[in-house]
Amino acid sequence: MLRLHSYRYHRPAALADALALLAEHGPAAMVMAGGTDLMPNMKHRLFTPDHVVALKGVAELRGIEEREGELRLGAAETLAAVSRSALVRAWLPALARAAGLVAGPQLRNMGTIGGNICLDTRCTYYNQTEFWRSALGFCLKKDGTVCHVTKVGRKCVAAHSADTPPVLMTLGAVLDLASPRGTRTVPVADFFVADGVRNTVRAADEVVTSVRAPLPGPGSRAGFEKLRQRGAIDFPLLNVAVALELEGDVVASLRVVVSALGARPRFIGGLEKLAGERPDAALLEAVARRALDQAHPLENITVDTEWRRAMVPVLVRRALAQALAGPPGGPPPTG
Amino acid sequence: MKSIVALNVNGDRQQVAVPEHWTLLETLRYGLGLTGSKQGCDKGDCGACTVLLDGEAVLSCITPVWEAEGRDVTTVEGLAEPGRLNELQAAFAETGGAQCGFCTPGILMSAWGLLLRSPSPSRDEIKEALGGNLCRCTGYTKIYEAVELAATVGPTARRRVPPTLPLSPCSGRRGRGEDEA
Ligand SMILES: Cc1cc2nc3c(=O)[nH]c(=O)nc-3n(C[C@H](O)[C@H](O)[C@H](O)COP(=O)(O)OP(=O)(O)OC[C@H]3O[C@@H](n4cnc5c(N)ncnc54)[C@H](O)[C@@H]3O)c2cc1C
Repeated sequence: MLRLHSYRYHRPAALADALALLAEHGPAAMVMAGGTDLMPNMKHRLFTPDHVVALKGVAELRGIEEREGELRLGAAETLAAVSRSALVRAWLPALARAAGLVAGPQLRNMGTIGGNICLDTRCTYYNQTEFWRSALGFCLKKDGTVCHVTKVGRKCVAAHSADTPPVLMTLGAVLDLASPRGTRTVPVADFFVADGVRNTVRAADEVVTSVRAPLPGPGSRAGFEKLRQRGAIDFPLLNVAVALELEGDVVASLRVVVSALGARPRFIGGLEKLAGERPDAALLEAVARRALDQAHPLENITVDTEWRRAMVPVLVRRALAQALAGPPGGPPPTG
Repeated sequence: MKSIVALNVNGDRQQVAVPEHWTLLETLRYGLGLTGSKQGCDKGDCGACTVLLDGEAVLSCITPVWEAEGRDVTTVEGLAEPGRLNELQAAFAETGGAQCGFCTPGILMSAWGLLLRSPSPSRDEIKEALGGNLCRCTGYTKIYEAVELAATVGPTARRRVPPTLPLSPCSGRRGRGEDEA
């Protein structure tokens, strides 16, 4: 049995009310959407906010719609809604796929796209009860000074473990954020930083209100692949998102993000040199090789690190093949 | 300090005084005495606490009770009609899908949520819908068969389920014809 600490649960219906609560309670408050990450973390005493501001009832955070050349997803839309949405499936099939591969069905009914983007990093030495953590003298990420993964490092290497952000990065999506101090827009690609303690640029009182992705053109293709222990429910041990633009019979541009290895999802570098190549086995191999060279998993998960690394080129090839075989994004069929 | 939460559980309006930080599961089990929903891992991994919230399967162990306020909560206690199992429960008994029984309430609720939105699901849909429910007896086949069997009774026939279906696990599988007879 895992008991929660006492806290107050606020359910604002409007964004202004949510922001006012965050302003009023400052560092004593945290936002919660589906709670599928925050509730287990609170049960483990990783967070003990006095005030929890629930976002699911906030009207401004709902809705999935196409407008002005973009698809806008309200941050509090559930992963089930995102993965089943006719608009998302038609325009951004890789995003629908990634959302549908998160956790299990109950968690997708509860968990949101905003919560997925803001998911706390994960590590074998962190996602444990307070008793378990205390036995090791805690760790760098929470209550302690030592990293049990690197032993010597001063930098937390807990893993970014969310499935939709890599796809959103390859698609060039942006996030709208609101806080008591105002609003701003941040590309998903600039949202994450390489620090496992807090791996985003989001301030504690900032709310992600929506995610916007440009509608792809007829030459755009995208894919997503994920490695996990049990196909039904598990967090990624590794995930790979790809997006490419075809022009005639060559690949004009190509973006690949590899994640769930370190504290942030990473673009694979040096792919611009491959622009203009045909999308054949040799190209897939060249991209896979670059990804392998740049991927350095750590023992932040109790699963064979060499296996996770060896699977990087495999998943990159599969994601590219999937993207090339798939239909281009387009409007949903009418009728 | 306790607060009063108003819930609609299995069709009954209930008011219950709970500590504000309680989960829906704690409220069901320790506030209302509905101990059918199980407290397994208690952190969202195992699915034993699954209930329906407005018809959708959710994990009550990580749902703040306030999220259920004013919504319809269905627990395993809400499936049976007085004195008789509903067709899904009867099908579990029939195929031997219950095994040790600890995961069964959660599995029943995930399966019931599926049948509500998809009355004749394919085997793949059933597998997908039960993906978030761990059974450590490791026998999913009979569980899938139970859901398929319940589906053959069908939504139109649901009102006509015989008062007691034969419960002998040795009586063999009930085919579609038998159910419609
Ligand atoms: C057994 C299990 C398996 C899982 N498997 C996966 C998996 O395979 N892949 C995966 O990606 N995730 C997985 N998860 C994690 C989680 O369910 C999802 O990432 C989900 O999308 C989180 O969303 P949420 O709305 O529940 O987040 P919450 O728990 O509500 O919030 C998560 C964090 O984000 C913050 N937050 C939430 N919404 C906002 C917002 N709009 N603006 C600012 N901050 C916000 C919260 O303060 C909190 O810090 C799993 C969880 C469990 C328990």
